[in-house]
Amino acid sequence: MMNVALTSTLGARKRVGLRRLLAKHQRWFVPAVLLLPMLLLLGTFFIYPVGNILVLSLVDRMGAPTLDQYVRILNNSVYLTVLLETVRVSAITTLVCLIAAYPVAYRISQAGATGRSSNLYFWVLLPFWTSILVRTFSWIIILGRNGLVNDVLLTLGITSAPLELMYNAVSVVIGMVHAQLPLAILTLVPVLEKIDPNLQKAASTLGAERGSSFWRVYFPLSVPGVASAGLLVFISSLGFFVTPALLGGPSNAMVGQLIIEQVQELVNWRFAGALAAFLIFTTLVSFLLYDRAFGISSLTNTERPASSRAAPRFSGGGKVVQLASSLSDAVIVSLRHFRVGRWIVSACGTYVPLSIVVFLTFPILLLIPVSFSRGAFIEWPPELFSTQWYEAVSASVQWKSAAMRSVIVGLATATVCLVIGTLAAFAITRHRIWGGSVVLALMLAPMIVPRIITAVGEFYLFAQMKLVGTTVGLVVGHSVLALPYVVVSVMSVLRTVDRRLEHAARVMGAGHVSTLRYITLPLIRSGLIAAFLLAFVTSFDELTVALFVTGGLFGTLPKQMWDDALLKVSPELAAVSVLVLAVVTVLMFLSERLSQRRLR
Amino acid sequence: MGDRIVLNMTDVVTAGPSLKLEARSLTKRYGDAVALQDATLSISEGEFLTLLGPSGSGKTTLLSIIAGLTEPSSGELWIAGVRSTALPPNKRDIGMVFQNYALFPHMTVRENVEFPLRMRRKSASHIQREVDQALEMVHLSQFGERLPIQLSGGQQQRVALARAIVYKPSIILMDEPLGALDKKLREHMQSEIRRIHRKIGTTVVYVTHDQDEAMALSDRICLMNNAQIEQIGTPDELYFSPATQFAANFLGESNFLDVVVDVIGERHAQVRDGNGSVYNVKAQPKGLRKDERRILTVRPEMCTLSPSDATGDCVRGTVEDIMMLGALTKVLVRLDSGELFTVSNFTQQARSLEVGIAVHVGWNPDSATLLEK
Repeated sequence: MMNVALTSTLGARKRVGLRRLLAKHQRWFVPAVLLLPMLLLLGTFFIYPVGNILVLSLVDRMGAPTLDQYVRILNNSVYLTVLLETVRVSAITTLVCLIAAYPVAYRISQAGATGRSSNLYFWVLLPFWTSILVRTFSWIIILGRNGLVNDVLLTLGITSAPLELMYNAVSVVIGMVHAQLPLAILTLVPVLEKIDPNLQKAASTLGAERGSSFWRVYFPLSVPGVASAGLLVFISSLGFFVTPALLGGPSNAMVGQLIIEQVQELVNWRFAGALAAFLIFTTLVSFLLYDRAFGISSLTNTERPASSRAAPRFSGGGKVVQLASSLSDAVIVSLRHFRVGRWIVSACGTYVPLSIVVFLTFPILLLIPVSFSRGAFIEWPPELFSTQWYEAVSASVQWKSAAMRSVIVGLATATVCLVIGTLAAFAITRHRIWGGSVVLALMLAPMIVPRIITAVGEFYLFAQMKLVGTTVGLVVGHSVLALPYVVVSVMSVLRTVDRRLEHAARVMGAGHVSTLRYITLPLIRSGLIAAFLLAFVTSFDELTVALFVTGGLFGTLPKQMWDDALLKVSPELAAVSVLVLAVVTVLMFLSERLSQRRLR
Repeated sequence: MGDRIVLNMTDVVTAGPSLKLEARSLTKRYGDAVALQDATLSISEGEFLTLLGPSGSGKTTLLSIIAGLTEPSSGELWIAGVRSTALPPNKRDIGMVFQNYALFPHMTVRENVEFPLRMRRKSASHIQREVDQALEMVHLSQFGERLPIQLSGGQQQRVALARAIVYKPSIILMDEPLGALDKKLREHMQSEIRRIHRKIGTTVVYVTHDQDEAMALSDRICLMNNAQIEQIGTPDELYFSPATQFAANFLGESNFLDVVVDVIGERHAQVRDGNGSVYNVKAQPKGLRKDERRILTVRPEMCTLSPSDATGDCVRGTVEDIMMLGALTKVLVRLDSGELFTVSNFTQQARSLEVGIAVHVGWNPDSATLLEK
């Protein structure tokens, strides 16, 4: 039997040899061609420059290998303090973000389960896409010497003189939590949405109190999401420089600031490279720990829901869960005896997530009144009402050219990313790629490697290629950063396309091209537009690459805002922020609407 | 009357003047898993053939290979005398109705039906005429401008049908096309499909796991199990002369008894079971040997129940359960040997039965068959 099958296989092979050969090669040839642009872009403008910077840190002026730069870091307590402070602040930020993100993500995932479209989700997305610069400005309004908090304290007579609330570790952590919280929430939501809502119901029919059913059933299933949110927040916090620079004092400096200083003021590439190596080393270590516990593939949410491997099995975890369940059960049961208690239990579910979202959005909204201030300084309450700052902005050639440049770069970036990213997304979702996980990791890497390192590496490369200060340089730099978002979102729309529709078209006589043109592309069109908008917004808000790659007069909008903010945060800056905010809000709204329509 | 037609079809098949589709030892493996093993099958022009089997039996794989959506690991496929194993699906001149219809959600009903004609670059007037005709045939002339989402399940089903027939493909494949419909609508659509098949006379390969549907629609049924073809034949042949225990059980219900062949006569053979009871059965076309172990099978509706002292072949037992199913009543009888026997009788005749009474189960020797052990 076996033999018969084998010989008939061989016979068939021989007869249709040529055709089979072509078909065989098509299997790797087509995805290779589709992936090529992405590989070229990331290889040339991401892997090579980042690698180059790391290599620089390991050689001396003559090119001989040396560890001098690392010895210098280790021998200088100032640098060591900064490194430790970076890790400490990032870790605290991560912890606070996770605790604050969980109730919001839970709320959003529950809303999704009942089929209601969640407004909450939009209010998390909006700050996510609002630039960190704008969000940091808003904290200056709140925490500043003439800010909101001091105003309240003075009015209530709690203090007699304004307190110094900024330039300390607390203000930095507040700013960073505010900056990173949306990322934590958005990473958690898809994981929580995949948890079967019936599981908790099943637990309660089996006799579990609400506390127990949460801690014993729901929470363990959500741990992979908590871990990946923690990982992403931690590693992207490591490279922060905007928040500590504007909200922190000298003792709160982080590695990112140090790298900028080394490159921009001291032009010491080797030392900057060594600092970058530290960042990458810390990133890699956190990644390895994560991979050990959960497996890297759970990051992209591409595989099965809450896989069995992801179920946490740390020793002693059982005890913690047991303690948490009995404690929360006791609290819930005892509260239930009182009317107030019952009210508290139900209010917690609504008001805790709501107040966290208010914490996210309220500060940003404060920019609006400040931008209409008549005074020349940021203060609360602002002296209303004047449009002078908007007039100043619209009259300024500097702002207008910066805005123009940002729009052009944004459009070009979005176009490049859409083309390259869509091709890659097709290759990844539709073909079995040799080394698929490597390709996926490479594609996600620009999202994970601290932007500051990418930016420094590109700066070094562009300086050699004479691309510094050019639009092309900016577009290339931004494309590297925006590409992962485009690929991931196009991949997710492509997955929603029912392959049978394409099969139907093929059977009815459509070739590959016609199927793509009449069936696949129309079906994913709104997803493509949404991806385009995301790439545009990524570029429009981008500061880090712009900081290095744009020289002198040719700054983008965020670059111009940063330069101004370093001098003075003024109502004029608030006006610009509000304008930027308006553009981003409209685009996000459009993109959300489009993806909503796609789902229907 | 129905039998006559089926018999005529069989003659055509055996004569086989115009072979439409031929599968020659088609096999599909996914790694170590075998989805289809050595499937050999020929279908003649105009025939309605059903691939019937439980899920995972390989029927959808076979259909998908015929459509060109799956490439076989080995074996060959011939369409109208042309070797088509590696032909891309758009060159096969095949129509297909998908499991969940696969209507293009962004196109109107009319655009959906036009699609295959546009792909063939037909003239506008030709398209207009053919689409009108196809929509007419499925009674959807009024619905051309609607989007698929605005139609009911049954209407969507008919759009899918219109789209598959509008370009007059030489073969139409249907993959569980009625699976998503409720029982009443399914029966209605079965007769619609029969009507359309009679009208256009195209070869149809139909996939279903529903045995009633297969019997109602097919000229021939290809019964599949475990990635292999179990038996091919007219509904009549499959029902009354099942080749295997699986076939006997999948199409309708059957009762089984382990027996040993005793006497081989001209018209009947005599067998006995473990208790020494003797039964007569129809003589088999294939050779029987004395003392051979076989399985005697008899359909529940061929059995009769009598209180006691029945003549002819019978087994004794006790009524264990009675289920009234409308016109028929199903009686479960626990045999003295411990096995369970199912008997289906008209409800009118089963009125007097009660759980717990002793009965004889009898049958006509001509309705009992022997299966290979």
